[in-house]
Amino acid sequence: MKIIVCIKQVPDTTEVRLDPKTGTLIREGVPSIINPDDKCGLEAAITLKEQFDAHVTVITMGPLQAEKALREALAMGADDAILLTDRAFAGADTWATSSTLASAIRNLEYDLIITGRQAIDGDTAQVGPQIAEHLNLQQVSYVEALEKEEDTLILKRMFEDGFHRIQVKMPCLITTLSEMNTPRYMSVAGIYEAFQKEIKHWTLEDLDVNRAFIGLKGSPTKVKKSFTKGVKTAGKLFEITTPNEGATIIIDKLKEKFII
Amino acid sequence: MSNEHRHVLVFVEQREGILQRVSLELLGKARKLADYRNQEVIAVLLGDQVQSMVSELYHYGADQVILTDDPALKVYMTEPYTKVVSEVIQHYKPEICMFGATAIGRDLAPRVAARIQTGLTADCTSLEIDEDNQNLLMTRPAFGGNIMATIICPDHYPQMSTVRPGVMQLMEKDNSREGQLIEFKSDLSDMSEDFKILEIVKTIKEKKNIEDANILISAGRGIGSQENLKILEELADSLGGVVSASRAIVDQGWIDRNFQVGQTGKTVRPDLYIACGISGAIQHLAGMEESELIIAINKDPKAPIFDVADIGIVGDLKKVLPELTKQLNLEITTKAI
Repeated sequence: MKIIVCIKQVPDTTEVRLDPKTGTLIREGVPSIINPDDKCGLEAAITLKEQFDAHVTVITMGPLQAEKALREALAMGADDAILLTDRAFAGADTWATSSTLASAIRNLEYDLIITGRQAIDGDTAQVGPQIAEHLNLQQVSYVEALEKEEDTLILKRMFEDGFHRIQVKMPCLITTLSEMNTPRYMSVAGIYEAFQKEIKHWTLEDLDVNRAFIGLKGSPTKVKKSFTKGVKTAGKLFEITTPNEGATIIIDKLKEKFII
Repeated sequence: MSNEHRHVLVFVEQREGILQRVSLELLGKARKLADYRNQEVIAVLLGDQVQSMVSELYHYGADQVILTDDPALKVYMTEPYTKVVSEVIQHYKPEICMFGATAIGRDLAPRVAARIQTGLTADCTSLEIDEDNQNLLMTRPAFGGNIMATIICPDHYPQMSTVRPGVMQLMEKDNSREGQLIEFKSDLSDMSEDFKILEIVKTIKEKKNIEDANILISAGRGIGSQENLKILEELADSLGGVVSASRAIVDQGWIDRNFQVGQTGKTVRPDLYIACGISGAIQHLAGMEESELIIAINKDPKAPIFDVADIGIVGDLKKVLPELTKQLNLEITTKAI
């Protein structure tokens, strides 16, 4: 069984703070981590490796420093690591990212492709399904539990109001939720081995991909502007005389903010 | 690029024959965008025996309903839904397409966008038209909610987005509005056997952990007694929120430590935080001051919680909260669909 896990190196957004004076993002000192949903997908792959002797290849697209995320994945137990790195890939939206990853995956053999449901810096949840479309594969997203049964997977696919148990034949692509498991720590032996292994670097030349479908130029969507929500100002204080008055003030505010 | 694309299309989500509220919210937004562009609102409804829902869609803003009624569409599955929705879009060539940012919409929309080769913006909280060039301005939170980004899709059509539930306003329901029904045929006979649903399980919403909750009703020393937590729970139920607490309440043993907000508890950032009888020690504020909207109720006008609150009510929470719950329940019943 051959498994490909797509991961993304992301800034730990829970550590990101806004400068209270300027309202801008403070990026200094924010650690880079493997995106949590992806890391749980990797853990699921390594568990399958232990149970069924699967081969796990981990792949990411990013700058050279994304090697650190791949080393960590190797130290957790992945067998191979590939870094897609080329200036031509930069600035990609989800469509261009999925085109690039799909073309790299076409160079590999696989039974199962795992991506995290969504990355904590972008929160789009789009790259997984779009890779599946480019490769013409069945997809199951929002997966919280997984079992292998011969050449199929039995999956718990979550919805807001329940779940489906789905049986899907491999090859297929799944997107995993952080609730699925608790990823293991790197072992000391794993860390040692991870530094013995080679991380393959693939550039544009290694991929059979239409140049019009990659990078900033190949991205249908563009960021027009980004902004912070601004510095918080002191609110209003109301001295009320009746409970009804208090309730009305609150309800008006909730309506204004579209909470009700 | 010349643009032959017209009209605003909304994917209507139904589950077990029940229209999802987010779809009606999208129709409300689509109505505004379409009126501005002098276009029409097209609702796309997929399912099995769902024709009874069609008039409701007119009442909430649709001009046309495109219906594909097929047993293969009874329960949501990625492949048949992607096929039909892609065919509808390719046939009707809308200028704008909207999906709810739900566990269905966020599975379907990216697959459709990849198939028809256009851009998709996820989880939008605002959609506006750029007056200068008529581009759709799609604004969404990014970076863990720390920044907002406005995204455009200038050269590909349709301009597609998924939209967060609960942010767009419903159009006022108009029972006299009528529209045009178009039945759309799609061949779903050769869907793959490789994908099978073995079981469908509905779960009652579990008590969420407070870090994931969008709405927190938080108790402090000022609630007076453990029994009064009930008043907060009733409010939480009517708003779809969760009850959390300050350290004082946890130390009393009135609520489990998992629900504690603050430096020694959890850091939360909900859309709405209602602080009830919480004075606002610095350790507590550290755990909640980044909440989107903070409402504080306290008897003491000098309580530090009021320094971070958007709205401060100086009053008795034991009287204000039950009144608030009562009025909310009234609001919700009148808005119910």
